[in-house]
Amino acid sequence: MARKEKEAAESEFLAQSTGAKIFGWVSLAIICVITIFPIYWMLRTGLSTTRLLFEDTSSLLPSHFTTGGFQRVLGLASLDQAIAEGGSGASVNFGQAFLNSVVLATGITVIQTAFSAAAAYAFSVLQWKGRDRVFFVFIVALTVPGIFLLIPNFLLIRDLGLMNTLLGIALPQILMSPFAIFFLRQFFLGTNLSIVEAALIDGASHFKIFWRIVTPLAMPQIVTLGILQFIGSWNDYLWPFYVGSGDPSSTVLTVALGVFKSQTPQGSPDWAGLMAGALIAAIPMVLLMIFFGRRIVGSIQASGVK
Amino acid sequence: MSVPMVAKRKKRASDFFVAIPFMVPALLGLVVFVLVPGIRGIILSFSEYNVFTGEVKFNGFDNYIRMFQDVHFVNSFMVTMEYVLINIGFQTVIALFIAVLLHRFTKSHVVKGIVLLPYLISNVIVAMIWYWLLDYNLGFVNAIIEGLGMEKITFFSEQLAMPTIAMINVWRHMGYTALLIFAGLQAIPKDVYEAAAIDGGTEWRIFRSVTLPLLRPVLAFVLVITVVGSFQIFDTIAVTTKGGPVIATDVYSIWISREAWGNNDFGYASAISVFLMILLSVIAFAQTKLLSANQSDLDR
Repeated sequence: MARKEKEAAESEFLAQSTGAKIFGWVSLAIICVITIFPIYWMLRTGLSTTRLLFEDTSSLLPSHFTTGGFQRVLGLASLDQAIAEGGSGASVNFGQAFLNSVVLATGITVIQTAFSAAAAYAFSVLQWKGRDRVFFVFIVALTVPGIFLLIPNFLLIRDLGLMNTLLGIALPQILMSPFAIFFLRQFFLGTNLSIVEAALIDGASHFKIFWRIVTPLAMPQIVTLGILQFIGSWNDYLWPFYVGSGDPSSTVLTVALGVFKSQTPQGSPDWAGLMAGALIAAIPMVLLMIFFGRRIVGSIQASGVK
Repeated sequence: MSVPMVAKRKKRASDFFVAIPFMVPALLGLVVFVLVPGIRGIILSFSEYNVFTGEVKFNGFDNYIRMFQDVHFVNSFMVTMEYVLINIGFQTVIALFIAVLLHRFTKSHVVKGIVLLPYLISNVIVAMIWYWLLDYNLGFVNAIIEGLGMEKITFFSEQLAMPTIAMINVWRHMGYTALLIFAGLQAIPKDVYEAAAIDGGTEWRIFRSVTLPLLRPVLAFVLVITVVGSFQIFDTIAVTTKGGPVIATDVYSIWISREAWGNNDFGYASAISVFLMILLSVIAFAQTKLLSANQSDLDR
């Protein structure tokens, strides 16, 4: 309480003049509008009729309201109905793509975080010669640009016969992430070693200590990391495009949206359908922001001060 | 390399054998998907690779010689640089502005959440939203421009496509960058400001001669990560202009993927990738040197 008052007093001291205050709040309001408006426009377009969009290009409300766009991307609209509203009539299986994205992002997040946490344990709590040198190699791996590994990894997945499988998309990321190891090691380093010693004397194995003591203590950080990795996997495009776009069973949402957009029979995309699909793909991220916003904001701020 | 270490008190025996099972998955990932592919990429860059038979034929520096003579070499460099300069320039200045606003006027997590939201939406979706908003015939932005009595703008023309795409990504990243900078602002002790205010500094003076210098380490860190990311732009262009009109947005990653998957020339594409990696390392190194020279203005 006292801290809050002190903070309030300080920020008051900093922002004295009313002119500055008005300028500040107006600027913040403008920034929020610039941020939110395009997202709202997705909804507005998604609920419009593609064929009639030209009639009113600036009204804030949907142009000829219909849920047809959503029905088209979800495969609920009949072909005639789709074409009548300005859809392409071609179908992209968004339901399947949504499911693929959920399976892929969840799988990568859970397994990668678990394996990275195990490695981080080996680089923090465990004591052995050469430990920091091995860890340094992971730090170097952190700096290798993704584009450089794209081609050789693509050829590797192809040689393994894993093209157009979710496993092929996941494999290069599922075993570890240098960032995750780095991130979790920071927290594990703070583990009280005397607890570990005591547990060892009591006959606990290191696996048990890792699973029952160290991991639960770092759970907030692990969850935060998991959210960040999930967002990354969910939004990934380049790699799943080259490895998984050849078959519906391995086409993720971002890739499906790209395919949907390129199906443009009359030269102009089915904007309502496209925006409906984009919104569906974005909803999980908006929900994450609503439920874990504070945590996500906090973790990004934390990565700024190192 | 057995450097004599300072004798450490060993409370217990080395955990080396215990550590192995903990590390196996991560080491496997490192070796199989980073180290070996890294070496393979370098080898490929000196070879001609047959996609159909998998045969690798060494051809020395042929790919590199060809690259330096390719018209795309200069074009991709110029186009990518144009993107990076516009993207990073605007993004950093706008993010700095937002960070200062957040720091000075609000502690609201809701505002921070709103500002960060675009960063959670994928590049592909962001690209499509703006491609639609900026559409020449039906886009909202041109409707407003026309409504104001001005001439409509072809945002994805040969001249404007690259700046447009750069600004789209400014929109996606400005909140994220602002939060990184915000963290740096919070680390500056309040008494520094108080002292400056007592000395009669105006808002702008204080910002320029107190805040900005103290923020330099954070800005350096932010610039290194955003610049390296910016150079690898792909998604936004892949779903909008695809490198065009003509070659106006043909950045490195688009050029590389075209050579690899379009022309089945994986050897040549690898050479370009190696070049890009070297370029990125040089830039990252130069940035760290330039920006963090006599770093600690504020002894933390």
